[in-house]
This record gives sequence, C-alpha cells and structure tokens, in this order.
Amino acid sequence: MIKSLLKQEFLETHSIDDYFKQNIEFLLSYGVGAGADLVEIFVENVDNISLLVEQDTVTSVNPSIGKGIGIRVFLGKRDGFYSTNDFSKQGLIYGLDQALEMLGLEKHTNSSNSFQGLKDLTDYSISKSKMILNCPTIKESTNKLLSATMFLKKHGRHLSVRRGSYSKTLQEVIVASSDGTFAKDLRLYQSIGVNALAVDKEYRSSIGRRIGNTEKPNALIDWDAEETALDINESAEKMLYAKYVTAGQMPAILANKFGGVIFHEACGHLLETTQIERGTTPFAKLKGNKIANKAVTAIDEGKSEGAFGSIAIDDEGMETQKTVLIENGILKNFLSDRAGELRTGHKRTGSGRRQSYAFSAASRMRNTYIDKGTYTPTQLIESIDEGIYCKSMGGGSVGATGQFNFSVEEGYLIKNGKLTDPVKGATLIGEAVDVMPRISMCANDLDLAAGFCGSISGNINVTVGQPHIKVDSITIGGR
Amino acid sequence: MSNNLINDSKLKDKLTKLSKEISIKKWDLGATIGKDISVQIDKSEPKQIKATQKSSITIRVWNKSNQVGVTSTSDLTENGLRKALSSAYEASNFANPNESPDFSPLSKRTLPIIEKPIKESLGVKDLLNNLIKAEQILLNKDYSIKSVPYNGFAESKYERAYINSDGAERHMEATQASLYLYARAEEEGRKPRCSGSIKIAHGASDIDIEACINEAAEKTIDHLNYKPIKTGKYLICFKPEAFLDLITSFSNIYNARAIIDGISLSKKDSLGESIATDILSINDDGLHPRNFSSCTFDGEGTPTQNLKIIEKGVLKNFIHSESTAKIFNVSPTGHAGIGAKVLVSPDWPVVYKESSQNARNPELSYKNTKEEFVLVENLNALHAGVKASQGSFSLPFDGWIVKNGTKTSIESATIAGDFRQLLKNIIQIESREHVTHHGISPHIWINELSITGDT
Repeated sequence: MIKSLLKQEFLETHSIDDYFKQNIEFLLSYGVGAGADLVEIFVENVDNISLLVEQDTVTSVNPSIGKGIGIRVFLGKRDGFYSTNDFSKQGLIYGLDQALEMLGLEKHTNSSNSFQGLKDLTDYSISKSKMILNCPTIKESTNKLLSATMFLKKHGRHLSVRRGSYSKTLQEVIVASSDGTFAKDLRLYQSIGVNALAVDKEYRSSIGRRIGNTEKPNALIDWDAEETALDINESAEKMLYAKYVTAGQMPAILANKFGGVIFHEACGHLLETTQIERGTTPFAKLKGNKIANKAVTAIDEGKSEGAFGSIAIDDEGMETQKTVLIENGILKNFLSDRAGELRTGHKRTGSGRRQSYAFSAASRMRNTYIDKGTYTPTQLIESIDEGIYCKSMGGGSVGATGQFNFSVEEGYLIKNGKLTDPVKGATLIGEAVDVMPRISMCANDLDLAAGFCGSISGNINVTVGQPHIKVDSITIGGR
Repeated sequence: MSNNLINDSKLKDKLTKLSKEISIKKWDLGATIGKDISVQIDKSEPKQIKATQKSSITIRVWNKSNQVGVTSTSDLTENGLRKALSSAYEASNFANPNESPDFSPLSKRTLPIIEKPIKESLGVKDLLNNLIKAEQILLNKDYSIKSVPYNGFAESKYERAYINSDGAERHMEATQASLYLYARAEEEGRKPRCSGSIKIAHGASDIDIEACINEAAEKTIDHLNYKPIKTGKYLICFKPEAFLDLITSFSNIYNARAIIDGISLSKKDSLGESIATDILSINDDGLHPRNFSSCTFDGEGTPTQNLKIIEKGVLKNFIHSESTAKIFNVSPTGHAGIGAKVLVSPDWPVVYKESSQNARNPELSYKNTKEEFVLVENLNALHAGVKASQGSFSLPFDGWIVKNGTKTSIESATIAGDFRQLLKNIIQIESREHVTHHGISPHIWINELSITGDT
C-alpha cells in the first residue's frame, strides 16, 4: 500500500490537460466496460490554514495540505465507493476494481454499456484563481485575530478566557462521470470564531460568535472585530448572573440569523432524500400537503453571494439551484442527489455534497432559511404575555424519530410584551411535525449565519437563517 | 511486528534528507495509514459499500530560535513531504513564544506490552452477508420492529508511527471491527421508537453478532411501552454508558491543558481536593485489554499508562502532554496529540466503587429497588447540551421510569444539572462493573436531578 504511494501520479491536477482527461476517461471507460451503469470520479486538493489566538498570544498556526480521490460506481440503485490518497495508475485501478467488486462486477464482464467520453471541461475556477492572491498573509491574519481578543479585553469585564480562531480553506475539486460530466471548481472558505468565558465567583457564562463566508478573500480584513467584541461582551455580562429557567410549555420568539438552526436540524434534514431512503422522515409522502403554518415559506439554495453554504456546482458536478422546500406551509420539494433520484424518484437539486474525497456525496443542505414575513420583531414580542425570547442559540440535535433539542445560549423572559430577565439553561424541545404548524408569525428581518453541519457525508459548510419567528407553544427544558 | 509504515515508506530516511536540504535540525512526526471497509444495507439489499485507503502525517519542525511549526498532509511522496516541511518551517515563525513544545522526555522509554491480535479481513461479501442475516433476524424478533434504518458492519486495519530526529521510533499496527444495528419499532397509533446496539472487536470474525441483535431488539422493544414523564426532580440511576458519557464530557476537570487555558472546572492547585463523594474512584486506563482502540504511545511518543484520576473522591492526577507536564513540573502521562498547540485527551475511563467506603444508600439497586426512580440509558446531543467550562448540562436522554420493578419508557425528556454537584451527590455505586465500548463503569445513583418532560 505504501509502496504504491511513491509511484508516478496518474491524475496530476496541476493543469487539466489532455493527459489528465485521457487518463480519467480511461478509468471511466474501464468501469463502464465492467458493467457499471455509472462511474464517478471526484478529485480533490485542499490547502488549509487554521489559527488560534488565546488571550493576547498566537497559540497555534496549523497548516494542512490534503489530496485524494473518491471513486463511486453505480449499478441499478446500488453503489460502491472507494477513496484513496494514492494517485498512481496502479492504485486507482485497484480502487476501481474494489468498487466494482462491491457490486459483483469484474473488469472482464461482457457489458453492453459504453462510455461516450467526457464533455468539454466546465471550469468554474477560471474567474476564481486569483482569489488566493488577495487573501491575507499569516501575519495579517494573526494581527486581526489579536485585535479581536484585544477589543474583548478593552470592552469586557470579568472575562477570564478570550479566544479568536480563523480557518481558511482553498478546495479545488474536479468531478468526472461516465455520463459526460466534467467540471472543475475552486472554493475559498473562511470562518472566524470569537469566544469568551466570563467568570465572577461561582458565576460563569460563555458566549461565542461565528462568521463564515465563501469566495471573499478580504473577509477577515474587512470584518469589524470591535463590533463583534462589543456584542459578545454585552451578552456575556448579561448572562453571567442569569438564573436558570424554569421548565414549562410556553410561547417563544426565536431571533433571526442562527435561530434558523432549529429549522435546519428539525425540519431541513427531514427533507433530504437520504431520510426518505431510510424511512426516517414523517414527510416522505406529504409533497403537496400542508406541513407548516401558512406563515412559513422555506428555501434551500446555493446561490447567495458570499454565503458560507454557497457553491457553484455540487460535489456531483451539477450546477447549484434555488429550491423552494415549503411555500406558505405546503411541502414543495425535497433535496436530492444522484443516489436520491435513483432511489426515491425526486429529481436532483444540485444538493450532492461531501466533506471531502473520503465521503460519497449525499443530499445535503446549502443556505437554508425561513423566508421573511411582514411583521417587525417588536410586534412579535408584543404579542406574548408570558414566554421566552431566544436571542442566541447553541447547538442541538435531532433524534432518529424526529425529536429535537436545542440549547439556548442567550435567553430572556418575556412578560406582558416586554423583554425582562436573562435566563440560562434553557432547552427547546419538540418535534418538527408538531412545531412547524405553530410558527405563526415571521418578521421582516431575514438574516443568515454560517455554520457547520455534520451528517452522513461528513462535515460541510452551510448557512442557516430566518427572520425573528414566533412559535405559539414549545416545551422549554430547564431546572 | 513489521514496521511497514516506517520501513516501506522510508519516512525516516526521507525526512532526514529533506530536513537537511532546508537546514532543519530538529523535527518529529506522527503518521497514520489505514484501510477500511464498511457496508450498509436496506431491507436485505446492499445500500452503500465503502472502502478507504488513507494516509496522513503531521510534521513538526523547530527553527533556530527553538520555536515549533507544524503542518499536516496526506501526501507522503517526496514532493508532498518537502512542501509540508517548508510549510511547517514558515509556521514556526508564528509560534507561541511563551510555550514551546519539545520532544517528550519519555519518547524513547520502553513501551508497555499489550496483546493486540491482528485479525484477517472478512471482506465485503462476508460483511454484507452477515449484516443481511443480522437484519433479518432482528426484524423477526418482534412484530413491532419494522426496519433497521441505521446499520453498518465495518473493519479496518491501520498503523500508527512516531519518529523524531533524536532517534525515537514508535510503531503500532492494529485491526478493529464494529457492528451497529439501530432498529425502529412502530405500533398502530403510537410514535415510532428507536434503539440499538454497537459491538466492537479486534476483527469482524470476533464480533458477537447474536449479542448485538439481541441487545438491539431488547432495547427497542423495551421502549415500546412509553408515556410522558412529569417535569420535576427525580432519584436517578445512570446506566454505565450514560455515566461514562458524562465523565468524558467533563474530562476538563482533570485535563492539564484545559486548566492552563482557563476552561477547566479545576485549577492548578486542585490536586488533593475532594471533588466527589468518597465512594467514587476513576482511573484513565488506555492500556485496558477491553479498549480495542488502545495504543501503547501517544502523539508525542510517550508511553500510555493506567493513571489514577480520582481516588475516594479526591482528585489525584491530571493528564498531560510534554508541554503541560513541563509547566506543572511532572512527567507527561501519555495523553498528548501532536501539533503546534498539543491537545490533551483522556483515553479510557474506568469508574469503580471504593470497597472500603460506605455509600449513603447502599441498598439501591437498579434491579431490585422498589422506590420510584429514573433509569438513564443514553444521553444524547452531548455536543450541544454540555457546557463543559461552566459545569452545567441539559441533555435529552433515553430511559425509563421504574417503580416497584416495573419499567415504563419515557417518551421524550431532558435531564439537567451541575456536574460538580452531581459528583458530590452520588449516593450509591453498584458493585458490578460493566464493560462498554468507551470505558468501564457500574450503575451510578444520584439523589436528585431535574427532568423536563410533560409539563
């Protein structure tokens, strides 16, 4: 295994020339000749750097370089997948043989399938190749992060831990399939995280903010670190002495931006065809039916300029789309990839995504949000006599039968239409089928927030979002 | 044992040559390579079959000012290694001047010997056939089990190595396999219920498939008879898996790195403090024979060991890397990763009762107690519901309310509390220790925790 790593590379990606195309066509032809219905090859090069600043010191500068190839073979509705770091001809043929063998295919099978060759390369990277030149240097990046932790100190009280992190990833992908697909893209992802822990005697609060974007080389330099620091300090100070919330059933207002994580987790995942395949979504047979309050229109798309979940093509080489999931409460579409279309009949939506070459693509979300409504956030709060305002959400999860749980990072009680005491320890608990009909009001302040989503095809960049929304009644876990 | 990773790839020779080319005198590396196969099925049909060959290497270099830089790469070719070395050297210019890692003083110390049999691969066909059979048997266990939506049978073979320019050379080869079956049961007019089982072994042929099927069926069926639980405070019994999840989630309490970073519930001078009831003892034993992921050395080449963490409720030791150990003026404990900032992680917790100490409620037993209590089977969403630096948790869980020996599954609920208080409020540790796939623990009783259910 190791010896083969030392051999000449068969798919040299420095330039996609005739040699590369000829070799990748050889592999596709080899697979189709063995009887595969479709062969897909995903080639990836990744260059990443992540930085960490703690207090007033740079504590980690961590570059990583990666490359690999994912080979997927379809036969009927089944597929076999092999991934490798071995770019030699011998290693790739071995991998392809492995994937074919998984489906009971062998290279000498008499197959009537034929491969007509790749189309001309659709190169989405051409206009992006200069991006990397405009990215900040390590020195500029660390200085910017140091300014963020300095602003936390300048404006904060009781802060015992101040952290800033930054990650920049340049991912080059090439997708070639025996249906002729031949596409290349270059993706630049950057994310900035700032966290603080406030401590006073036995009281503690931790607050964090994350900013993420794609294809904006100057994003880190343009970022207003002081504004983020002020925002964190204000929240940390308010939450430091907050009391634990009392459990109960009550109306809730979920703030915009990262409040959308609940829709993403509790409903969005249930609209992926992988969930239909597993039989784990209650919405499988409800396309065209009402599944949410008429106030709810929900979108998933890969087109918002600079958004963290935006992509020119998905990881199966299909151009990205805007997909209406729910329109005025009616379920309109599922998110589908190649395997999802084969197995469930729902047309591909450009949603085949994967963390890296080591995962086969699956139907995944991109930028997912509840669309804006007509109310102001104040009108939503004023409509509640007694309830909770969830200004900032922590993470959460959805169980195998659809129950979700989300922690509230920063919450306030609502009394007589006004925000009152800060509360901590709150958890929102429910099921999408029950809660979606209870979203009765959407405000007019739609905004998006960057996040990471972990699922069947690994961790991917996504955007969640929503305007302020009102849920008429939800279970709040507390003490 | 053959050192394929080191010898076949000539890693050491290549690094020595390349480092001389760019005048790097001091370097070390951690490398892993592996092959794995996994299969998933859906109603007796193969759904997805995956195989992977992967390699990764992390290189650290020290510059002339003895500052360290790091780079990771999956490219073990000479060009890949050259690029990684150069990148690491550039990164060293931005190293933390206040804390520079060094070679572990124990990186050439004799390693402990553990039995780690290398098992033959079963191959895709046998993995598939066994999984299909297992699914069929599980589906036939009870009329209510309608599907096994999450399942997988996987096997892997991997090697790990650590080498440094001072002559340290560590190598380990291992095989591992896992089977998981997660069943979904449905009854007319009732909500679907899910539960499952995971089994791990050195090889696929060693996996107790029947035990996995039976456990998945029993757990799933056990949750069919469910009802809501009223919000309130309850007597709690944690099953071993659930308690181990909590211990691992709050391991910052004994993690020296977390203490230095200010995100631990402990302080530098916390050793010797009573942090738990005196019947509780915990070791971190990465070498335990039932720890199938065990490795005899850590990311810096330090030997793994069995370390006493809590003894009779008293905090006895922290886990360390070379760098944190230097700051605390102790020896590294074998819990380091490798990087510019070296992370420190626990290995394998072993929780046990101190036989010399008396529990507050020794009569409590999850099998015999008549008094009402909540039996917590699994804690979920740990990544979201644990506030490790604050010491609080609020977690959804699977479990039962038990009264007079009758178990009723809880429909949906969360359990919340403060970890430090929980350690002080342990009122019984049962005598029988259960081996799980991520540690060992008996059933643990807590006098009172808040549960949110049906309000």
